[in-house]
Formats: sequence, C-alpha cells, structure tokens
Amino acid sequence: MTAITTPEVPTNPIAKLGWVLADSWTLTLRGLSHWARNPTQVLAGLAFPILMVLLFGGIFGSGMQVEGGGDYMDYLMPGMFVMSMAFGIGETMAGVTADASKGVTDRFRSMPMSAGSVVLGQSIVNMLYSSVVLVILMGCGVIAGWSWQDGFAPALGGFALLLLLRFALLWVGIYLGLVITSPEGASAVYTLLFPLGIVANTFASPEMMPGWLGTIAEWNPLSSTAHATRELFGNPGVGGTSWIAENAMLMSFVWPLLIFLVFFPLAVRKYRALSR
Amino acid sequence: MADAELAVRTEALRKKYGDKEALSGFDLEVPRGVVYGLLGPNGAGKTTAIRVLSTLLKADGGTARVAGFDVSAQAAQVRQRIGLLGQHAAVDEDLSGRQNLVMFGRLYHIGKRNAQRRADELLERFSLTEAGNKPAKQYSGGMRRRLDLAASLILAPGVLFLDEPTTGLDPRGRNDVWESVRGLVADGRTVLLTTQYLEEADQLADMISLIDGGRVVRTGTPDQLKNHLGGDRIEVVLRRPHDLEPAGRIIGSLLGAAPDVDRDNRRVGAVVKDRVAALTSVARTLDENGIEAEDIALRRPTLDEVFLSLTGHGTAVSAESRDKEVTPS
Repeated sequence: MTAITTPEVPTNPIAKLGWVLADSWTLTLRGLSHWARNPTQVLAGLAFPILMVLLFGGIFGSGMQVEGGGDYMDYLMPGMFVMSMAFGIGETMAGVTADASKGVTDRFRSMPMSAGSVVLGQSIVNMLYSSVVLVILMGCGVIAGWSWQDGFAPALGGFALLLLLRFALLWVGIYLGLVITSPEGASAVYTLLFPLGIVANTFASPEMMPGWLGTIAEWNPLSSTAHATRELFGNPGVGGTSWIAENAMLMSFVWPLLIFLVFFPLAVRKYRALSR
Repeated sequence: MADAELAVRTEALRKKYGDKEALSGFDLEVPRGVVYGLLGPNGAGKTTAIRVLSTLLKADGGTARVAGFDVSAQAAQVRQRIGLLGQHAAVDEDLSGRQNLVMFGRLYHIGKRNAQRRADELLERFSLTEAGNKPAKQYSGGMRRRLDLAASLILAPGVLFLDEPTTGLDPRGRNDVWESVRGLVADGRTVLLTTQYLEEADQLADMISLIDGGRVVRTGTPDQLKNHLGGDRIEVVLRRPHDLEPAGRIIGSLLGAAPDVDRDNRRVGAVVKDRVAALTSVARTLDENGIEAEDIALRRPTLDEVFLSLTGHGTAVSAESRDKEVTPS
C-alpha cells in the first residue's frame, strides 16, 4: 500500500492561498469531467437558447417592430445573451442543491479544505460554461444574420458586461441553492426565471408594454445590461427617455454590483449557518 | 482513561435546535482501536453527536476532542484524521468510482500521482476495480457505500465515523458493509458508528453506549449490557395450559426467582444464575411431577430488552413516534 504522509495544514496566508487555488483547480476539473460524462445534458442546455432564437426570431420576428426602427434579429440577440446569463441562476442552484442533498457538501466540509475553494471552483466552472454558451449563441446569431456593427473592441466590452452580470447572478444561484433544498422548490425557481427574463427589454421594448409593466421591465436589472450591450454591439432599439434607459451603461455596472453586495454576504452567511 | 488512549472524548456536550435539546450533557470516552456503537432510537442525538465530532456542527457547550485535537479550535487537524460516512453515500454520482477517489485524494493534498495510486489500491481493496471506470450512479447501494468508505480512507484516518451505515441497504448490501467495517479496525483504527438496529450493534461493536434524550444512559460491552438484566433466562413452553400454575410454582422455588407466566403462549420464564444446573433441575422436576414440556430453552436477553428496561421505551416504538417530529439532520 502506498504510504501516505498526512500533509501539514498550511498556516501562513500564502500557503493557504496555494491550497485554495489547488482545490479550486481540482473542482474545476471535476466540473469539466461532468461535461465529458454528460455531453447530452450540455447539448440540451445549449439547445434551449438556440431554439429560443429560432422561435422568436423566426416565428414572431416578422410581426415584431423595433422601437426606433431596425432589424428584429439584431434587437433580439443581445436580449437572448442576457436571458441565457439569467438562466445560469438555475444551473448554479442545481449544482449546489445536488451536492448538498447527496452529502457531498458535508464530505467537503469534513475535509481539510476551505469553503472558499468550493465556491471558487463552482464559480470557475459556471463562468466557463456561460462563456461557452455565449460564444455558441453569438455564432448562431451570426448565422441568423446578427452581427456587431461598431468593431471588435466594443463587442468584447459587451461580452465582458454579460459575464459581469453572470458573475453577480452566480451568488443568487449559490444562495438559492443553499436555501432551497427540495426539487419542488428548485423547479419553482426555474419557473420564475421566465418572467424575470421576459419582463425586460429582452424580447420587446418596454415602451410598447402597458405603463406599469413597462416600468417594471425597464427597472429589471437585465434590461440595463441588454440595453448597454446593444449600444456596444451597435444594435438597434436603444431608445427610451426614462432615467433608467438613459443611464443604461452606468446601471449595467451598478446592478451587478448591487446584486453581488446583497447576495454574496447572504450566501456566505447561509454557508456558515450549516454548522449551526 | 488517559487522553492519549482515547480516540474520542466528549464532556458535557450540549446542542439545541430551537426548543429541542439534541444533546443534553453528552459524555463519551471511546478507546482507540475498537468498534464503538452508539445505539438509540431516532432523535436520540446520535447524528448530532457525530456531526459535532466530525466538525460539521458547532456545539452550544461542552468540549470534544478527536484523535487528541479539539473539534472547534483545531478543526483542520481533526479533519485530516477522520473519515466520515454520512447517512447518504457522499460521492459524485456523475463521476466514475476512480475519478471520485482521485478527486478526493487531490483535495486531501497528497499529490496527483499519489492520489491515482491510492485510488487504484482502494478500488482493489473494496472489490471495485472492475467497476472503477463506470459512473457511480450505475453502482448498487452496497457498491456506492463501499466507494464512500474508500473515499473516507484515503488519508488512512485514525478515527472513522459511520452514521447509520446500513440504513436503506438490502440484506446483501448490509452484510457487505458489515464485512468492510470489521476489516477497518484491523490496523488499529477506531470506528464510531451509530445505529438503530440492535442486531447491528450486537454484531459489530466491541463497546456500546445506549443513547436516549441526548445523553449516554449506559455503556458496556454487548454482554455486560445484557447481563444488566440479570443474566440468562430459562423459558419453558408447556403442552397443557392447566400445567402453567404448578410449573410456575416449581420453577419459582427451584430457581429462587419470581417466574413470569405467559398464558397465551403457555410459557413460563425466569432468570437463571447457573445455566446448566438450572436446565437439568427444571427438566427433571417437571418430569417427576408429570408436567409435559414442549420446549425448554436458555437464552440471553436481547439488547432491545435492555434498552426497554433502561429507558422505559423500546427502539421501535420511539422510532415511530419520532417520525412526526421535525428533526434537523
């Protein structure tokens, strides 16, 4: 039998960080193995936004008008990008809930690894997945006739804004995953993600909605990111005279920051409460 | 006992969930190198105790040391020296058995090469080599438990906690786990397991503590606990119901103990001191008096009877009443 010496638990901050990074990498590899083991699940996850593009762009697209003129497909794609970021909440939540319910979270907690490593590993895997989703969606958009108009650098900025939103929503997912432990609760959250994604400027301009609904849609954090990315991609439909619409670029930073500031401490507190 | 000889020592552990006291002054001393059973009904505090000892839960009061380290002040040191098997097999079902073991090995920081070598050894030891590359979700309950056990043994921990290791397994899976547990103490390891099955504690444990209401009510070897009831019993089943009373009188005077008479089963029982002498004298005297016995047997009391006499309720009854309460796991 291999003689294994019990490694010293690091005491200085640099060595501690080394363990955290090593553990995060191990957990990232774990996430990648999940993809390799369940390719159909990954493909199904990718198929959903692609179907949405075909459905909304192809079927409803001809009947849709873009506020201020322009092609509906050009308007729709940034909305789809934002929506797929929002659906990431469900993906993060499912991962956290599965680990907790199968006792894997308890095993991690009974091992000499920090809570930070578990979360960092989860973040890396989720962000990687969302990046892949975005790239594939963009590819599909290009095939369907969408493109960015103002050059590569602003487009890259739009890409980064989308990932910023995803990063903020990650903490919503982790928090919900720790709070909601039953499969029924999890599917309720999935159902709520639809109105969150649709009552926004993702598919239609809030100006065309009834007054109160339009206001809710405009103040939906997803709208600010969608609006800002439309500006960066040079896509149409960036009108709007309300304060929130005019300050979309600013708000596309403020909203994710606010979400992070609320849900990061909530998630940390919930994780710590596991030992109470 | 000196601390150095103890794998686990707790003093006056307390833990409350809302109004419910899960641990109310829990004192335990587990010597090194034994299988130690915590036996008690659901809700007695067994799982809470294991969760405190494995650093998953903070106690409200009292102290606990595992392998010589304090569970709250030296949690990291404790975590390197324990293995935990919870009520579910805590493995990543999407990964193969081998991938699981390599992942956990790397998380213990034994290095990639060592993690791979250790994974292969453990697969071999738990007869999982063949299934090593299959995803764990295709494993049977018993196989999954063995994988879980293998993952707990990566660092060769000195103390292993098993929380109801066979709950939900079929008889074959149960035997499987029992075999593995017996092998664990061979190299000087301490196993602390909880169970609500008397048979399991009787089969596996060298020492047993009976747990009720969040504290230890009695500790001993299975034999000591059974002797607590006054040793062995003789039981005579009679052919004719009207012989019950004379037989009761004869057995009572022969053994100097009050017999209990079970009319429905035509059975007379009493506690005996000297097994063989009691058996022969009872058989002979009944025969001399023309009383026909259908069956005469000596038997040891079961742990269930011990539990009942100590707590006033059996394990099965309390399990049923407990299902109605909400218990934090």
